[in-house]
Amino acid sequence: MHAPAEQRSEIELELNGETRHGRAEPRTQLCDFLRHELGATGVHVGCEHGVCGACTVLVDGVASRSCLMLAVQADGRRIDTVESLARDDVMNDLQQAFSRHHALQCGFCTSGILMSCVEFLQKVPDPDEAQVRDMLSGHLCRCTGYTGIVRAVLEVARQRQSGESQQNASENPNDV
Amino acid sequence: MKAASFDYVRASSKKEVLRLLHEHGEDARLLAGGQSLMATLNMRLTQPKVVVDINRVEELNRIRNESGYLAVGAAVRQVQLTDRAELAREVPLLAKALPWIGHFQTRNRGTVCGSVAHADPSAEIPLCLVTLGGSVVLESLKGKRREVPAADFFQGLLTTDRQPRELISEVRFPLAQDGTDYRFQEIAMRHGDFALVALALCLRDDGAHLGVGGVADRPVAQTLPLGDDLPDALNTLAWSLGAQDDVHASAAYRRQLVRELGQRLIEEPSHARPR
Repeated sequence: MHAPAEQRSEIELELNGETRHGRAEPRTQLCDFLRHELGATGVHVGCEHGVCGACTVLVDGVASRSCLMLAVQADGRRIDTVESLARDDVMNDLQQAFSRHHALQCGFCTSGILMSCVEFLQKVPDPDEAQVRDMLSGHLCRCTGYTGIVRAVLEVARQRQSGESQQNASENPNDV
Repeated sequence: MKAASFDYVRASSKKEVLRLLHEHGEDARLLAGGQSLMATLNMRLTQPKVVVDINRVEELNRIRNESGYLAVGAAVRQVQLTDRAELAREVPLLAKALPWIGHFQTRNRGTVCGSVAHADPSAEIPLCLVTLGGSVVLESLKGKRREVPAADFFQGLLTTDRQPRELISEVRFPLAQDGTDYRFQEIAMRHGDFALVALALCLRDDGAHLGVGGVADRPVAQTLPLGDDLPDALNTLAWSLGAQDDVHASAAYRRQLVRELGQRLIEEPSHARPR
C-alpha cells in the first residue's frame, strides 16, 4: 500500500464491534482519526509522544498508545475505545468501581486507564497491588494520587474472580 | 504536536523494504513499533519524506533459536519475547531486563530491533546485547549482508553503524551458558522511566562481566575481578564512563550508583533476588 503525503486515503477498521470507514493523511495519528473522523471522542489526546497514556486504546485486543500509531496503520484492524465498555447506558463493573472509589477527578486520563485495565485484567485476572501499580506506571494521573484507581482495579479483579460482577453491573453506580 | 507530511508505504516483503531504502536512502525512515519514531515524528524532530511501515512483513516477524544464539527479527515486538516461556532458559538476562523496558502498553507495540536501531544510551535491550556479546545483522539491496558485533554497532547517542540504505533484519542474543548467573538491575525516577543507571551482569566464578547503561553515550561492558579488588575496579569503571550532569541526576550520583548498585548486584547471593 502506498499513501501519498497530503492525500487522504481510505481506511476501514472495526471500531467497538462496528465496521467503520474514514479518510486520513499518512501523518494523521490514530487518536485524531478516531476522534475527528469517527467521532470516538472518548479517546483523549494528551502528550502526543507516548508518555501520558491518556490516548490508550485496544488494537486487536492489545493496549496501545493511539498517538504512537498512524491512522493508516489501523486499516483492517480491530480498535476498541472506552465507548465499548458501557452497555445500554449502564457503565460496566470497572467504570462503576472507578466511580465508587473516586478513581478520577477531572477524568482526562481515565478512558486510557480503563482500556489498559481491560487487557491487564484479562492477562492478570488476580493481580496484587504491585502488579496494578506497575500497569498504572504507563499512565499519568495528576488528580488522584492513584490510590482510588488501585482500589477500584483490585476490587473488580476480586469480584470477577468470585463471579460477583454480574449483579454489580446492574447496581446503580450512584449508590456509594 | 503533529507530524510534518510524508509519504507512507506499507511494505509486504523484506525485498520491498530493501528496495525502498535503496531508492530513498536518508529520506526514508522505517516504522516498526513506532514507540520512539512516532514521538520524534510528532515533535518534528525528524521529518522524513517517506515512512516505510514494516509491521506487516511476515518474514521479519520471526524468532529463531539457532545453535548458540536467539535471532529476533525486525518486526518482533517486545511482548512476543515476554510471552515466550522458553526465554528464561534461552536468554535469561533478556528475560530479566524486559519488565524494566517502558510499560506493558509500550512493550505491546515496541520492537526489539527498533530499540537497537534507536540506540538510546539508557535503553535496556542494547545494554543486554552488548553485555552478552551479541550482534546486529544488516542487509541492503546492493551491499553485502553483514553481521556487526554489538560493541561496535553502538557508536554514541542515538548513533549506530547502520548505513542509510541498510535494514537491521535481526539481532542475535547469545544463548545462556552453564555456570553463568545472569542479573539485571536499574534505577529510574519512576518504574518505566528512562534509567539513570541500568546494570546487566553475567556472573561466573572467575569474574563479573558487567554492562552499564544510562551513563556513557552508549552501553559499555567490562569484565571485573571478584573479591577485594572489586571496589577499586568498579570505581575505575564508574569514572571511565564520562558521566554528565543533567536534569535527572548529577554525574557524581550516577558514578555512585555504578559503584554501589554494581557491588550489590555482583555480591548478593542468587537466592536473595526477587525479580
